[in-house]
Amino acid sequence: MNHHFTLPNSGHHYDAKASKMGMWLFLYTELLLFGGLFLVYMVYRSLNQDAFLLASFNLNVWIGTANTVVLLTSSMTVAMSISALQKGDSKKSILLLWLTILAALIFLVVKYFEWSSKFEHGLFPGMDHFNQLPNGEKLYFNLYFFMTGLHGLHVIVGGIFIMVVVAKIKSGKVNKSRYQLLENSGLYWHLVDLIWIYLFPLFYLIH
Amino acid sequence: MTSIATQQINYLNVKKGIWSWLFTLDHKRIGLMYLYAIGAFFLVGVTLGIFMRLELFNPGRDIMEAKTYNQVFTLHGVIMIFLFIIPSIPAVFGNFFLPIMLGTDDVSLPRLNLMSWWLYIIGALFALSTLVFGGGPADTGWTFYAPYSVKTGTNVSMSVMAAFVLGFSSILTGLNFIVTIHRLRTPGMTFNKMPLFAWGLYATSWIQVLATPVIGITLLMIVVERVFGIGLFDPSMGGDPILYQHLFWIYSHPAVYIMALPAMGVVSEIIPTFSQRTIFGYKPIAYSSMAIAFVGYFVWGHHMFTSGMSGSAAIIFSILTFLVAIPTAIKVFNWLATLYKGSIDIKVPLLFALAFIFNFLIGGLTGLVVGALAVDVHVHDTYFVVGHFHYVMFGGAGFAFFGALHYWFPKMWGKMYNMTRAYVAFGFLFIGFNILYFPMLILGIMGMPRRYYDYLPQFHTLNQISTIGSWILVVGLLLMIYNLIAGYRKGPKATGNPWNGMTLEWQTDSPPPLHNFDKMPELPEGGPYNYPNAKSQ
Ligand code: HEM
Ligand SMILES: [Cu+2]
Repeated sequence: MNHHFTLPNSGHHYDAKASKMGMWLFLYTELLLFGGLFLVYMVYRSLNQDAFLLASFNLNVWIGTANTVVLLTSSMTVAMSISALQKGDSKKSILLLWLTILAALIFLVVKYFEWSSKFEHGLFPGMDHFNQLPNGEKLYFNLYFFMTGLHGLHVIVGGIFIMVVVAKIKSGKVNKSRYQLLENSGLYWHLVDLIWIYLFPLFYLIH
Repeated sequence: MTSIATQQINYLNVKKGIWSWLFTLDHKRIGLMYLYAIGAFFLVGVTLGIFMRLELFNPGRDIMEAKTYNQVFTLHGVIMIFLFIIPSIPAVFGNFFLPIMLGTDDVSLPRLNLMSWWLYIIGALFALSTLVFGGGPADTGWTFYAPYSVKTGTNVSMSVMAAFVLGFSSILTGLNFIVTIHRLRTPGMTFNKMPLFAWGLYATSWIQVLATPVIGITLLMIVVERVFGIGLFDPSMGGDPILYQHLFWIYSHPAVYIMALPAMGVVSEIIPTFSQRTIFGYKPIAYSSMAIAFVGYFVWGHHMFTSGMSGSAAIIFSILTFLVAIPTAIKVFNWLATLYKGSIDIKVPLLFALAFIFNFLIGGLTGLVVGALAVDVHVHDTYFVVGHFHYVMFGGAGFAFFGALHYWFPKMWGKMYNMTRAYVAFGFLFIGFNILYFPMLILGIMGMPRRYYDYLPQFHTLNQISTIGSWILVVGLLLMIYNLIAGYRKGPKATGNPWNGMTLEWQTDSPPPLHNFDKMPELPEGGPYNYPNAKSQ
C-alpha cells in the first residue's frame, strides 16, 4: 500500500489559475458591495437633483482631480511591477511597489485634508452646519462620507496587501515563476482605482 | 485487503488534539467542525422555537412578555437563517464530499476554507453576544426593516454585524467551491459527468458570491445609520425605507435558493442510489439548478407587494415568481421518474428524500399562493407565510440535511447507526413537523397575523395542535441525535460502500484516508449514475 500516492489533480499543488480565479470572483463581490451603494446614490440623486448639485459645490474639483491622477499613476506602477518580476527583476519590482504604496499614502493624506476641511465647516453628520441643511443635502454628505470612507478603507487594505507581497518577494516566496500573489494584489489595486474612477464624477463632476 | 490496512490511518485518527482540529486544512475535518457548530446552533434555535410555541399555547401572556417574544422570534430567525440553514448543507456536506466526489484530495484554496470556518465562528459569537451586551437581542424580526431597526434600543448593530460577518464566510465558501469545481475535477470528469450534488453546489456558490455582497452593504448601512445618526433609510431624514426592503430582498430571496439547491442536490444523490437506477434526466436536473439560480435573482419584489410598488412592477415580479416553479417541477418529475421501476430500497435516507419532496411541494405550492398578487394582499404577514417558509426551509432543506446526515454517516465515521431507531425517529419528525406547521397555514388563511405573542380566542385550538406538534417533533429530533451518537460510539463498522452507490466517495474507505484516495479513483462508464444492472434506461 503506497502512502505517498498523490492525485494528479491534487488541491495541494501550486495552482496559479485557481488563485487568479478566486481573486476575480472576490472582485465581483467587491463590485456588488459598492454596487449596492451606487444604487442608493442613484435613487437619492434622482429624488434630490438640486440638493445634490448644491451640496457638490462644497467639494473642490481640483483636489479630486489630483487624487484621481495619483491613483491612476499607482495603477500603472503596480502593473509595471508585475512585468518587472516576470522578467526576473525583483529589485525593480519592489521599487515600483513602494511607489504604489507611496501613491496610496498621498491619496489618503489628501483625503484627510479634504475631510478635515468639511469638519471645520461643520459638514459632518451631527455637526451644527450639517444639521441645518435640507434633507437632500444631508443625504449627499451621508453618501459622500460613507462611500469615500469605505473606499479609503479599501485603499488601506490594498496598501497592506501590497506590503505583504513586498515582503514575500524579498523572501523569495513570490518570484519569477510564482508571481500570482503579486498579480492578485495588482488586480485588487486596479479595483480600488476603478471604484474611485466612478466616485470621482459622481461626487465632484456631475452637474 | 487494502481496507484493513488503511482502517488504521484515516483522516480522523491521523492527528490528535484540539489544535489539530481548530487549525486543520483538511476539508473533511473542516466539514465536521461546521457540523458540530451548526448542529449546536440549530438546537439553540429549536429551543427558542419551542418557547415561542409554549407562549402561543394559550392566548394572552403565558411565559413571556411581548417584547421578550419579539426578541425571541428575531433571534430564532437570525440563528435559523444565518447560522443554520444557509451554511448547513454546503458548509458541512459540501466541504466534506465535494472534493471526494470530484475525485480530488481537497478544495482549491484550503487556507481560505479554514478562514471561512473561523469567520463563521466569529459571526456566531457576535450574534450570541447580543444576549449579554447592549440593549439585548434585536426585536425587529430577522428582516431588520428600517426605520424601526434604526430606532429601537435593542442591540441591532451587533446582530446585523453578525449577519455581515456570516455573509463573508458564506461568500468565501462559495468562491472556493466554484474554483474547486473548475480546477480539480478528476481527469475525464467533464461538467456533464459531475455528480448532481456538485451541480447543486455550483449553482448555489454563484448565488453566494453574487448576492451576498448586496445584503452585506445594506446591513452596513443600517449600522452606519445607527452609529452616526444619519438618515439613509429613515423617512424623517429624507431616507426611503422601501429602498431598504428592495436591497434586503435582492439578497434574501436568492438566499432561499442557497438553502434549496444544495438540498435538491442531496436528493438527486439519494434517489438513484436507493432505486439502483440511473438518474432520469441528468441534464434537466443539472441545468435547472442554474436556471433556478438565475431566475431567482429577479423575483425579490414578491416580498413587497403590500409595501407600495407600481402595478406593472408587481405583475412582472409575480410572473417571474411563477416561472421559478418550472425548473423546480422539472426536478420533481425527474426524481419520480427515476424511482419508477427502480429497485427501491426504502432506507431512512430515502425516506428523508421523499419527505423533502412532500414538504417542499407544500412549501412550493403555498409559495405560488403568496406569489399571486390578489391573494398575497390577504395572507401577507399572516401565519400562512410562517407555515409556508417553514415548509420550504425546515421541511425541505432541513429534512434534506437530515437525509444527507443519514446517507453519508457511514462514510464520514466508518460506523453504522441503528436502522430501526432511525425509522422511528423519522416517523416522529415527519408527523410532528406536519402537525406543527400545517395548522399555521389554516390559521393564516383565517387571518392570524405573525409576530405577535397573543391571538384572538377563535385561533386557540389550532394553536394548541401546532404546539403539540412541536413536542412530537422534538421527540423525533432527540431520538435521531441519540441514535446517531450511539451509532458513532458503538455502532457496527461500515464498509466502504454500504448502499452500493456509484459516485466516487463510495470508492474509498470509510472513513476516508487523509488524502481521500490511496489509488486513482475510477470514473464509471457512461455517467455518474450508470448502474450496471439497472432494469431499463
Ligand atoms: C422546532 C422547530 C421550530 C419551531 C417550533 C419554530 C417555531 C416558529 C414560530 C412559532 C415562528 C413564528 C413567530 C411569529 O411570527 O410570531 C417562527 C418564525 C421563524 N422561524 Fe421557526 N421554528 C422552528 C424551526 C425553524 C427552522 C428549522 C427554521 C429555518 C430553517 C426556522 C426559521 C424561522 C424564521 C426565519 C422565522 C421568522 C422570524 C421572524 O419573523 O423574523 N424555524 N418559528
Ligand atoms: Cu422570495
